[in-house]
Amino acid sequence: MSREVEDLNRRLLRARDAMDRAYAEPLNVRAVAAVAHISEAHLSRTFRAVFGETPHRYLQRRRVERSMFLLRETERSVTDICFDVGFSSLGTFSRTFREIVGETPSGYSKGHGPIVAPHCVQLAAMRPRVVARVAMQSSSFGEAAGAAAP
Amino acid sequence: MINRLNVTSIYVLDKEEALDFYVNKLGLEKGNDVRQGDYRWLTVRVPGNPEPEVSLEQPGPPLHDEATAAQLRELITKGALGGLVFITDDARGLYETLQARGVTDFTQEPTEHFYGIDMGLRDPFGNPIRILQQGKVAQEATA
Repeated sequence: MSREVEDLNRRLLRARDAMDRAYAEPLNVRAVAAVAHISEAHLSRTFRAVFGETPHRYLQRRRVERSMFLLRETERSVTDICFDVGFSSLGTFSRTFREIVGETPSGYSKGHGPIVAPHCVQLAAMRPRVVARVAMQSSSFGEAAGAAAP
Repeated sequence: MINRLNVTSIYVLDKEEALDFYVNKLGLEKGNDVRQGDYRWLTVRVPGNPEPEVSLEQPGPPLHDEATAAQLRELITKGALGGLVFITDDARGLYETLQARGVTDFTQEPTEHFYGIDMGLRDPFGNPIRILQQGKVAQEATA
């Protein structure tokens, strides 16, 4: 039982890493599922049980985090950054950004300057706090145990 | 006053598999390999640097009951535990070397930042490893 859970976790982590590497490309559910050796039908539920959010939401959140970095550190326009991080519509980007960060991309851009610290420290420091609460609410050990059952 | 960091440890699912990865794939060298009863004290380290050593620890007795060990193994495989950061003088060259040795679990190709070039990968169990080639700016900042 335990080995199966560990093996599934590891495969899903590999799939999550694959999404991180290709964050700017459209989400290819089939490819992500293939990396995890899991069916497309089971990917979303299983991923959420393990990581607390669906693959789609995970990718959106990571894109928003990357856009926060670009909004702080560069002079690029909100529209350019929207496409840089993989959103295909400015409307979706702005709405998702507001949901996750709590302010608009342009408002965020004006209010924050560069942080001088290694990249991983920056990411940790700028991680949207709203998301942590949502993730906690949407995750439960019950789901994880259920998903792990054969 | 503390003088140096001597040993740090990471959790792995299997010490033998970990040893193979950290030595034969990543290029570290074996440090201590001492058996005391059932326990195997196994460390790896950067070649030419006696310290610090990285102890490869498997969750389980005598430190953990089975339920706790299972929790730790779940966290390892989710990539949720701490990892290691190394320094290289040639990140891009090392990236090619690692690929040639069969390393596939890269989380990030060599990427330029203001502090240098870094890349990311995972060990076979999910632990994150970052390797940094420090840039001029980073060296000045720490000087």
